Amino acid sequence: MTRVEQAFAAAEEEGRATFVAYLTAFDPDADRSLALLRAAAEAGADVLEVGVPFSDPTADGPAIQAAMARARAAGATLPRVLDLVARLRAHTSVPCVLFSYANPLLRLGEALAPRLADAGIDAVLALDVSVFDVPAVFGARAAADLAWVGLCGPRTPDARARAIARRARGFVYQIARTGVTGAGGGRDGDLAHRVAVLRAAGPRPVAVGFGVRRREDAAAVAAIADGVVVGSHLVQRAAAAFAAGEDGAEAVAEAVADLRAGLSRPPARSRRA
Amino acid sequence: MTGPATPPPAAFRTGPFGGRFVAETLVPAVEALAEAFDDAWADPAFQAAYRDLLETYVGRPTPLSTAPRLSDAVGATVLLKREDLAHTGSHKINNCVGQALLARRMGKRRIIAETGAGQHGVATATVCARLGLSCTVYMGAVDVERQRLNVFRMRMLGATVVPVESGTGTLKDAINEALRDWVTNVDDTHYVLGSVMGPDPYPRIVRTLHEVIGREARAQVLATAGRLPDAVVACVGGGSNAMGIFSGFLDDPAVRLYGVEAAGTGLDGGRHAATMARGRVGIFHGMRSLVLQDDDGQIQEAHSISAGLDYPGVGPEHAYLASTGRAEYLHATDDEALAALHEVASLEGIVLALETAHAAARLRDVARVVGPGGIVLLNVSGRGDKDMPQVMAREGEGGGS
Ligand SMILES: Cc1ncc(COP(=O)(O)O)c(C=O)c1O
Repeated sequence: MTRVEQAFAAAEEEGRATFVAYLTAFDPDADRSLALLRAAAEAGADVLEVGVPFSDPTADGPAIQAAMARARAAGATLPRVLDLVARLRAHTSVPCVLFSYANPLLRLGEALAPRLADAGIDAVLALDVSVFDVPAVFGARAAADLAWVGLCGPRTPDARARAIARRARGFVYQIARTGVTGAGGGRDGDLAHRVAVLRAAGPRPVAVGFGVRRREDAAAVAAIADGVVVGSHLVQRAAAAFAAGEDGAEAVAEAVADLRAGLSRPPARSRRA
Repeated sequence: MTGPATPPPAAFRTGPFGGRFVAETLVPAVEALAEAFDDAWADPAFQAAYRDLLETYVGRPTPLSTAPRLSDAVGATVLLKREDLAHTGSHKINNCVGQALLARRMGKRRIIAETGAGQHGVATATVCARLGLSCTVYMGAVDVERQRLNVFRMRMLGATVVPVESGTGTLKDAINEALRDWVTNVDDTHYVLGSVMGPDPYPRIVRTLHEVIGREARAQVLATAGRLPDAVVACVGGGSNAMGIFSGFLDDPAVRLYGVEAAGTGLDGGRHAATMARGRVGIFHGMRSLVLQDDDGQIQEAHSISAGLDYPGVGPEHAYLASTGRAEYLHATDDEALAALHEVASLEGIVLALETAHAAARLRDVARVVGPGGIVLLNVSGRGDKDMPQVMAREGEGGGS
């Protein structure tokens, strides 16, 4: 079991859904970004998703686009993001999932798997590469040596969803609605059905993300899934704090603590109970 | 009618390039699109509707012109395939007609598109007006400024033009924003991509819909010259006009194929859009192809005087044709393109689009390869009216070079 799956199992033991917190690395610079990641972990995030800044984030909405622009202005590159994660490792053993577009990962070539492992990355997700294409794109070694998270869309047909769940390691990330990342918007279609299909297909826990902002959103997702991913909302809270001249750590910690309070569920509703 | 039924598309090969690299949310949409296109293309009723619009609305076949004075100047016989005479003034409309018909067949009433020079946006807005579809065009804020005439045209045609401020404010950012719109409104929206790029099936669809250029040109050159040309020259942004005309000659190994990219202010130390010359293999905008990128895999800003060539990627079939050696890729600077614009205008009475002027700028080099008895076919991808304000601003109102 990977450290990511252990985190899901531990939350399950505690009778709550797993809190997965996304932050864009280097937003707004290396030191403050490190402080935000630490604050999120200390406030109760069970898993950290570390976003790799990219020049052309086509799957992201305005909040994460702006975060990536700030990060790139501060000199973010994938090797520097990996250095940042290595520094984070001195403070916390919380599992880290690297969240990236394909092209920066490609530039590491053969060194991809060892570099990520050395930095203390537990799992990786390439937003624009399906789990089925990972061996062809990143090579057999990187495919085997790294835990590739599976991404599932709101319109993904059941058969493909099952295949994604079987291929995924770490967890399966179910996108709650069509669209780019962003704190707004509802959830599409029969999310409970989608999560049930993924759970039935394999042993990996299923987290749901996109559009989770309020405690009620988190609670609604926690009732049907193993984990809740919160990204743009945290990034926006941090951005508002930067704009007010604060370092953002307090704002992020507060948001994590608040949302996490919505994740408990009665034991009877527990997933594998 | 222009003769017999359209033949099936030529074998589409891109080797290790191409692919379908999109967020999972879009996978069902690109799969459905591939299926719908294959189904439509095999349907005689769809073919008839497509051909009818090409003939009665676009004005196909476009003529082949001789260019006697330009031929004397460059040292070989130059023939011009006149896509500038297609409705809206460029080749772009061939693709728009086909994709808009396809969208209607798929029951999608809302069309989105990106545009650089504005030609693809104008062509999309035009066809949407004709078919009664709603149309939103994303355009980089920098391009909105340098192509104001086309912005005005699109709005007159009933399209909503959305300036894109993010990133570099050019074509790549317009594509980013169109992709974001598509992933959000995927149920009722078709994205009319404007070149032979993006995730599969777009490179194949757009190439197929432009094959009419190569098919007509091949027959016209045979009729005019009694033989095939020795070389075919076209400008390359994403690569659609080039693939359109190349497709007519891919299986004629004696015909040399030349694509010409924008070298901007120069390849070394300058700012350029020469993806074939300076790009490295990467994944960008849904495809694996050559991409201008830095050592960290961040996409670099392209530069060209021509908004239609100002793109840091290139269609995967071009990357493949370069890798096999079937096609060769050259480049021309901003200044060389401007000089060619003036030369062709004064020698032939044809004001080329700045994009096309890049291809014209390399005619002398190609003429040297084929020799004085040789025939060079130039794809005139568009007319230059849209570029006049920009050239005027650069050169003053006298219009001299
Ligand atoms: C007249 C003209 N030619 C060429 C191009 C470049 O596109 P492509 O390389 O797809 O033909 C454009 C794009 O806007 C154009 O307007």
